Amino acid sequence: MIFNTKHIRILLLLLVLLVVFFMVDIRLGSVNIPFSDVFSSFFTSDGSVTEVIIKNYRLPKAITAILVGIGLSISGLLMQTLFRNPLAGPYILGVSSGASLGVALVILGSSFMPLFIQNMLQSSVSILLAAGFGSFLVLLLIVFISQKLKNTLIVLIVGVMLGSFTNALVSLLSYFGKADELQKYIVWNLGSLAHLSTENILSVAFVVLIGFGFSLQMAKALDLLLLGENYAQSLGLPIKKTRLKIIAITGLVTGALTAFVGPIAFIGLAVPHIAKMIFKTSNHFILLISSALLGAISLLLCDVLSQQLLKNTVIPINVLTSLIAVPVIVYLVFNKQKIQF
Amino acid sequence: MKTLIKTQNLSIGYGSKVLFSNLNIAFTKGELVAVIGKNGIGKSTFLRTLAGLQTQLSGEIYFHDKNIQTLSHQEKAQTISVVLTEKLPPSNLTVYELVALGRYPYVHWLGKLSALDKQKIDEAIQLTEIQDLITKNHEEISDGQLQKVLIARALAQDTPLIILDEPTTHLDFQNKINILQLLKKLTLEHQKTIIFSTHDLDFALQIADELLVLTPQTHLKNTPEKLLETPIFNTIFDNSVYFDTDKKQFKIV
Repeated sequence: MIFNTKHIRILLLLLVLLVVFFMVDIRLGSVNIPFSDVFSSFFTSDGSVTEVIIKNYRLPKAITAILVGIGLSISGLLMQTLFRNPLAGPYILGVSSGASLGVALVILGSSFMPLFIQNMLQSSVSILLAAGFGSFLVLLLIVFISQKLKNTLIVLIVGVMLGSFTNALVSLLSYFGKADELQKYIVWNLGSLAHLSTENILSVAFVVLIGFGFSLQMAKALDLLLLGENYAQSLGLPIKKTRLKIIAITGLVTGALTAFVGPIAFIGLAVPHIAKMIFKTSNHFILLISSALLGAISLLLCDVLSQQLLKNTVIPINVLTSLIAVPVIVYLVFNKQKIQF
Repeated sequence: MKTLIKTQNLSIGYGSKVLFSNLNIAFTKGELVAVIGKNGIGKSTFLRTLAGLQTQLSGEIYFHDKNIQTLSHQEKAQTISVVLTEKLPPSNLTVYELVALGRYPYVHWLGKLSALDKQKIDEAIQLTEIQDLITKNHEEISDGQLQKVLIARALAQDTPLIILDEPTTHLDFQNKINILQLLKKLTLEHQKTIIFSTHDLDFALQIADELLVLTPQTHLKNTPEKLLETPIFNTIFDNSVYFDTDKKQFKIV
């Protein structure tokens, strides 16, 4: 048996929590909607304002929060195991920095282009494409490097360097950027779960579910990586192929999520640690499922808080995740015993 | 005696640095072989190459009469298991889980253990006498205990050949002897072929069936008795050490 009764009990509890936070996230906002109306609007269609708010705004946002939470958390777990580094996360590879650079080029660099291209570049589709393209390029570079090198730590260092390099380019672009463009870039950089179209949500769902599926399928391989790459290899794990698969999954998931909702920081780093603390296991099948659940809950919680903490103001999601996750990470660092893989 | 694994014109090293070339060495079933030689001579490189963790510069390795490169990842994992010097990365793994990972070449993708898998794990735990440790985290136990756990993991992998890189280093006298006796038992009672590198030359001379001696000039594999008839022990180190053939001991000049 892979799950013991204690694990199942906690998982059920988390599932209940997920549903509760999902409902609360839909209920609360600039207009508070009673739960009864939330329920009824799921099953009926009367065209009321409440229904429009729920179906067009709150429901897509809550679903996005869940998908982003799942995607970032499993990416973080995969990175931590692959790099045998408790502080690895989707950001460490520079994939989201690549996305940021793409977006910065489009938003901040467009003033150097002819007017008709400027208008084209400012659309949301081009931002999406730029982010996807940027993260994909960095990903390709990482994949190329990881095929050349046997040492995973060096791949990690190159990822960090690449991140710094792209950040420097972004800073340079912001220095020359116009005020209104700069503001637009900063708003994207703060992250937002709202305003995704149905098609966008479906694409995000597709990528996240594919990533989750492949991760589950690799659970046993991930367990082996806990012994280090040499032992894993001696147990029959094709090490380069596995590494490539892990990097591809995290790169695609992180890239897609960053493109749609902006860079959302630290969830991918903190959530897997919380899962390991609660479940006290190294079994990746359990850790993947629990990280996904905890990630979804965390992001719903962040979304609720982002709207409720300040009256009549929404705190940007990226600010809030950092405010919540960073103390958690610092706590983990100070209690070094609690940092595990 | 049946040859289990042999090398044919094997050259080992890193990149352009050749450590040994034209190695033609055969290991037989149920044999305990100690690989000895000074630091940096290439003991680890030889063992890692044999285990398939490092590619050879040239030459072939045959398991029975099959070129090892034609084996799949899984077949190789069912043939050779290893105990390495490297530290395990920190994790929540318990000793039991660690030993159970040895069954990976036999289980399906979800990693659910069959009755046979569990039996092999239990056998490995009993043989290495680590029953009291199985619920502990692998970071909580002593070096000597961890070495036994790693050997148990290799045993659970159920391979005819086990390769150990310096299994007695960092252990106290008692633990060194316990580990070597365990290895001897595995060759005698379970017909495992065991190749291990060591710097405990006196112990190796006493317990190993054969020694593979690596020196800057040459290499030689034979029984301790036969090797004692040759001057090879005096060529392992420089002239600050000499080998006392009567006492079978290395002495400081």
